[in-house]
Amino acid sequence: MNDTFPLKYTRDDFRSDQVVRWCPGCGDYSILAQVQRVMPRICAETQTPRENVVFISGIGCSSRFPYYMDTYGFHSIHGRAPALALGLKIARPEMQVWVITGDGDGLSIGGNHLIHAIRRNIDVKILLFNNRIYGLTKGQYSPTSELGKKTKSSPYGVIAQPVNALGLALASRATFIARTLDTDAKHLQRVLLQAAHHRGTAFVEILQNCNIFNDGAFDNIKARDVRDDRLLFLEHGKPMRFGADGSKVLIPSGAAHDTHFAAVAEAGANMERALVHDEASENEGFMYALANMDYPEFPVPMGVLRAVEQATYEDLVEHQIEEARERQGPGDLQALLDAGECWTVE
Amino acid sequence: MSHSDAGREEPPESPELVESVIIRFAGDSGDGIQTTGALFTQDAAVSGHDISTLPDFPAEIRAPAGTVAGVSSFQLNFSSRDIHTPGDRPDVLVAMNPAALKTHLTDLIPGGMVIVNEDSFTPQSFKKAGIESDPREDGSLEGYAVHSLPVTSVTMRAVEPVGLGKKNSERCKNMFMLGVVCWLYDRDTDVIERLIDAKYASSDPLTAQANRLALQAGHSYADTARLVPHRYHVDQAQLPPGRYRRITGNSAAALGFVAASKLAGRTLVFASYPITPASDILHELARLRNFGIKAGQCEDEIAAMGAAIGAAYAGALGLTATSGPGLCLKSEAIGLAVMTELPVVIVNVQRGGPSTGLPTKTEQADLLQAMFGRNGESPVAIVAPQSPSDCFDMAIEAFRIATRHMCPVFFLSDGYLANGSEPWRVPSPEDLPQFSAPGLPDAEDFQPYGRDPETLARPWVTPGMPGLEHRIGGLEKQDGSGEVCYEPGNHERMVQLRAEKISRIADDIPALDVFGPDQGRLLVLGWGSTYGAIRTAVERSQSSGASVSCAQLRYLNPFPSNLGEILDRFDQVLVPELNTGQLRLLLRARFLKDVQGLNKIQGQPFRTWEVQKKIDSMLDHQVCKLRQDTADAVSPGGDTQQGGGS
Repeated sequence: MNDTFPLKYTRDDFRSDQVVRWCPGCGDYSILAQVQRVMPRICAETQTPRENVVFISGIGCSSRFPYYMDTYGFHSIHGRAPALALGLKIARPEMQVWVITGDGDGLSIGGNHLIHAIRRNIDVKILLFNNRIYGLTKGQYSPTSELGKKTKSSPYGVIAQPVNALGLALASRATFIARTLDTDAKHLQRVLLQAAHHRGTAFVEILQNCNIFNDGAFDNIKARDVRDDRLLFLEHGKPMRFGADGSKVLIPSGAAHDTHFAAVAEAGANMERALVHDEASENEGFMYALANMDYPEFPVPMGVLRAVEQATYEDLVEHQIEEARERQGPGDLQALLDAGECWTVE
Repeated sequence: MSHSDAGREEPPESPELVESVIIRFAGDSGDGIQTTGALFTQDAAVSGHDISTLPDFPAEIRAPAGTVAGVSSFQLNFSSRDIHTPGDRPDVLVAMNPAALKTHLTDLIPGGMVIVNEDSFTPQSFKKAGIESDPREDGSLEGYAVHSLPVTSVTMRAVEPVGLGKKNSERCKNMFMLGVVCWLYDRDTDVIERLIDAKYASSDPLTAQANRLALQAGHSYADTARLVPHRYHVDQAQLPPGRYRRITGNSAAALGFVAASKLAGRTLVFASYPITPASDILHELARLRNFGIKAGQCEDEIAAMGAAIGAAYAGALGLTATSGPGLCLKSEAIGLAVMTELPVVIVNVQRGGPSTGLPTKTEQADLLQAMFGRNGESPVAIVAPQSPSDCFDMAIEAFRIATRHMCPVFFLSDGYLANGSEPWRVPSPEDLPQFSAPGLPDAEDFQPYGRDPETLARPWVTPGMPGLEHRIGGLEKQDGSGEVCYEPGNHERMVQLRAEKISRIADDIPALDVFGPDQGRLLVLGWGSTYGAIRTAVERSQSSGASVSCAQLRYLNPFPSNLGEILDRFDQVLVPELNTGQLRLLLRARFLKDVQGLNKIQGQPFRTWEVQKKIDSMLDHQVCKLRQDTADAVSPGGDTQQGGGS
């Protein structure tokens, strides 16, 4: 923390006076609570005054989020929050912008904007609340709903492959990708903090329970009795270790013709061979395979998968402006109006 | 003017003075017709003439060569008088191939001059153009002064020393033709050579050299061959003193937005998606990084609109530009700007619709879309420039209104204005209108939807202002606090407030001017780009003694506050529009006035004669009606004649 600029906020500084109107028991409550808890630390560590924090959302349950944060907030239209964030960041690069979206808002109607926001590497933090269902419209399938899932709009079962949000972000050349859980307060806060420190697009998928229309969507991986075996918490520079008491590791797959990139092995004898997580790895194939790991074949990866430094879009805009000014001088309106072949009438 | 070719053998005498010339260049879309036209226009402008241009080109970048589908044209009217249109029918047609001749010959005035490239008149090219025989020999060109010149072959010889190769040498033939035309109108090739050098000398010196040689060759060829016994000369126009440049509507709009950014003291963020005919605004603004202009291309039309709104929310001037189908995609986001009351400007360079329609052709059929094309009661301000250079002034107006009244503003240009050009008296930045920045509230009594008592604008509080943190969005707002509110009475009040805010802009825009007597038998009322044809037609009718006036609406929503009163002072009102009657519908609804329409939906601007003919018929008709009414008075119960609509 920089003590020339102490920014001492509390959780209450980020609570607006609005009554929170999600369904009782919704995973969104927990996410809101963790964001409000970690914001004082984020503001202090990133030297961002509260008035420079902006939450922008689209449409959906999660998109009500900005109303509950006592910061600047913009509840926009379905899927378009990344587009608004682009304009905002280009105009005011000093703003700390958080985009709140969901699996329908971000991966369906706004899928195109999400891809392009990520590939531009605009400095925004995108929190995608994935509950694998449309909640606000009362229970239709979403782009992350599993094959065969029966909903009001898919009474015979979903017949399209689900999207893996992290794989999509990676394919869009994301510079920061992470996954966390609504119910794991500590992990959620840690990932948010890491995202806030990243300069560039930080894409965070938050697995979130909709207790009304898709209750228990992630119980098969996060229930207390199975989570150790089914979740892999990645940490940069550490072996990919999971299971009760760290009893398992991921090791490189053996045979040359094996289509799998890794295999699960007992930790004891295989610690030497355990894969070590490198969030800056340039091995794209490996990263893609890691992002797509899923239960039951593999544990589901959590935490920061990828974090690399790269110039942001708005920095490059500013850089081009500086360069153009060095080369051509600052813009002179009269000279611009007079440009080209002019003539004078006496 | 009309040309005559007596075919005498003496050297060219002193040139024959003519007032105006309308010349049309036509050829394949790969023949460089637009470049040729633009260069000759620039030369005419720099020579001090008043000018007006009409480029017309196919949507296909390269339709099959030599076919009618691939014909591109460029018409220029240059004059020693003050002119407002590119002219109706050309005096001279320059046709680079048979397809161009076939397409444009019918427009040429009787006795007009035709200049063709004889090297392109081959049986093969006749077949491509879908004609049976050589038009030079089958009587098609009877009555015209025809000059058939070996353009390609002489060009090839002229540029041979440069060593460009066959294909690139042949491409210089448009410069040869331009040289011929320069000679014909009594001018040297200096200005055009300078323009060629400015474009190519550093990047491609060989092309520059070849183009200059072809140009000079054309000039010398015409001189040696004594193409006509008298060259023609157009005097300088009596334009008001000042510094001038030639400008297209899209360029003028781009410059206007840059000026608005300076005047407002705010960054201009321009987010756009490529679409004909609006893309040139993106090209112009993208070059101006040193002005701090943040212009960029988005992934789609929706993102461009969203980014403009995001920029406006951040306190910048948020701008986007599009055309027809692109506007449909932006509609939802424009509704968000209405609801969040943010100052964005949406340029719609209208083109023929619906759907993809006629991408390169002009139309005015998006007025009702601008007015009503969103869900809910969703009023916006609308301005419409009336000429290419007026795009500069109205671009500034659009942002002045948007920022003072906190609302989205439509800028309705069209393909004709966007690509057409005219001389523009370059203003000094001191002469431009000043922006009055709305004051900002104190933290204690800040309400996100509190309103300025005069304009009803809400405060433009932007992120970064401490103590004023608040939330906005697309859900209905509570009056004042801006909090989400579903209360029935509040919704009705907010709908009315948003409408009233727009209607109060009428107090902040100039009254409508009438050209001609401020009362009389007929008012011709236009909007946007029809100004030139209407004004010219009315001037002509007035000079033959008709009781007719005209006025041009540059503000469509709200209307100028004196519009109703003006309509009441005329017996009849005619509204010419390039649509089926959209302004007419609005006027009838608003003023309960039986306005008449003149409607053209051909992707082409009005010709002066079309407007004039309608004026004549309405005035004649009125005379008939008066007589009939008198007759009715003496014989009650007789048939009365109904006022004709169209």
